[in-house]
Amino acid sequence: MNRYSITPALKDRLFKIFAIGCTGFALLTLLVLIIDILIKGLGRINWAFFTNLPSRHPEASGIYTALAGMVSLLFFTLLIALPIGILSGIYLEEYGRKNRVAKFIEVNISNLAGVPSVIYGILGLQLFVRLAGLGNSILAGAFTLALLIMPIIIVSTREAIKAVPHSMREAAFGLGATKWQTVVRVVLPAAFGGILTGIILSVSRAIGETAPLIVVGALAYVPFIPEGPMDQFTSLPIQIFNWTSRPQQGFIDNAAAGIIVLLLFTLLLNGIAIALRNRWYKKTSL
Amino acid sequence: MEADYGEYKLKARNLNLFYGSKQALKNVSIDIAANTVTAFIGPSGCGKSTFLRCFNRMNDLIPNVTITGEVMIDDIDIYKNSIDVYAYRKKIGMVFQKPNPFPKTIFENVAFGLRINGENSKAILGDTVEKALKQAALWDEVKDSLHQSAMALSGGQQQRLCIARAIAVKPSVLLMDEPASALDPISTAKIEELIFQLKKDFTIVIVTHNMQQAARISNKTAFFYLGELIEYDSTDKIFTNPSENATQNYITGRFG
Repeated sequence: MNRYSITPALKDRLFKIFAIGCTGFALLTLLVLIIDILIKGLGRINWAFFTNLPSRHPEASGIYTALAGMVSLLFFTLLIALPIGILSGIYLEEYGRKNRVAKFIEVNISNLAGVPSVIYGILGLQLFVRLAGLGNSILAGAFTLALLIMPIIIVSTREAIKAVPHSMREAAFGLGATKWQTVVRVVLPAAFGGILTGIILSVSRAIGETAPLIVVGALAYVPFIPEGPMDQFTSLPIQIFNWTSRPQQGFIDNAAAGIIVLLLFTLLLNGIAIALRNRWYKKTSL
Repeated sequence: MEADYGEYKLKARNLNLFYGSKQALKNVSIDIAANTVTAFIGPSGCGKSTFLRCFNRMNDLIPNVTITGEVMIDDIDIYKNSIDVYAYRKKIGMVFQKPNPFPKTIFENVAFGLRINGENSKAILGDTVEKALKQAALWDEVKDSLHQSAMALSGGQQQRLCIARAIAVKPSVLLMDEPASALDPISTAKIEELIFQLKKDFTIVIVTHNMQQAARISNKTAFFYLGELIEYDSTDKIFTNPSENATQNYITGRFG
């Protein structure tokens, strides 16, 4: 019987310790990375860092153009992706027939959400930069990023609409509402919290993307603020990527500072998403 | 209970309904008089709810449903293609088994039917909402909280709100699909009292599993079994001296 001395209770404890160990390892790695970045970058964060143009001298470099590029890039990305993504979600869930074609489309949209982003970059390079003749413009980058986040928006819109109880639709139809009135006045308001969460998650995905932007030709050094959608641009992740490849320690510190800004930005967006969602659910309490 | 039932408000002629290839209603014909309460009773799955939903074409929402035969309100066949189903549904109010208020304010719930008709006058909306809530015996309980969420109301209040929402658009028929089955006895009594009051203004058809309820509130009762209308007569007759054995067995609790 000695060979079976591992009792169920002991097994239970061993598994628990193993699970705690794994979680701890993941958190520790993250913590080390963040501390490393904070040590290197925190000293560089000051007002000038936000208002300076990029420069040969690390101390004089700033993220002014990168931030401006990122914000205008995001603006155009959302302008393209939101209407198409949300309306596609509404169509697929409320209007589209549930047949094998629909199933096929559904599987492919979910797959698209998992395609490596550099592939979108290559697609964007051929489609928007070359064929559409947009060049290395903000618009070309925005179209590319819009393609990238559209699956996320479609899927989360569908999930949010699916979560609206069927009895709500019945109530509206019973009162003589048309399909359009039911969708606009009942389903969408009730699904708004979920759709919003999806939008903000997709925004935080879009901010962090570097690879597709490099492929479509975002520049590393842009000494001016973009003034229109056809201007060339850079973005914060590009700037960080560029700085990390420089040999001088000063630029490494700049990159760390840029990462801190990017992290805070993402954290802020996620915070807003959670706050809005909680507020919305409290209001509607479906 | 002998009363002049007046003209027939609702009629069905040889109605058959299929879900795919499964037949849920078999050759059902019925005449329902105006300003009466008609109860549909029968065991689960006998087709009574399906039949009720034929009167406002709610079955249209389910894919693969085939309907043959005629359903008429005021002698107009509602399954003819030329009918405007949305305009038509406004004449027929429906109350569902589970209270289903919209996640909006109490006021907006009742005003919904008017708003989708393009009514935006504050005075008219306010008057109609007040009148409907009074008719649904809910006004005194909610008059100070009209602009709070309807989801905060109790189940019984929510169901009366749904009744108010349905009658705010002034339908002539009120379809009720087990309106009290999810409620406690006190709320149920209130709903029954309400149905008795509403009979003056509406033709009411109610599906119920509760036979005492059918006996208490209805003028006529229809017994359904396996998709067929077995017996349709005055409630007194159905509950004291039914003609069919199946009806007798069901109301005495021998099956169902």
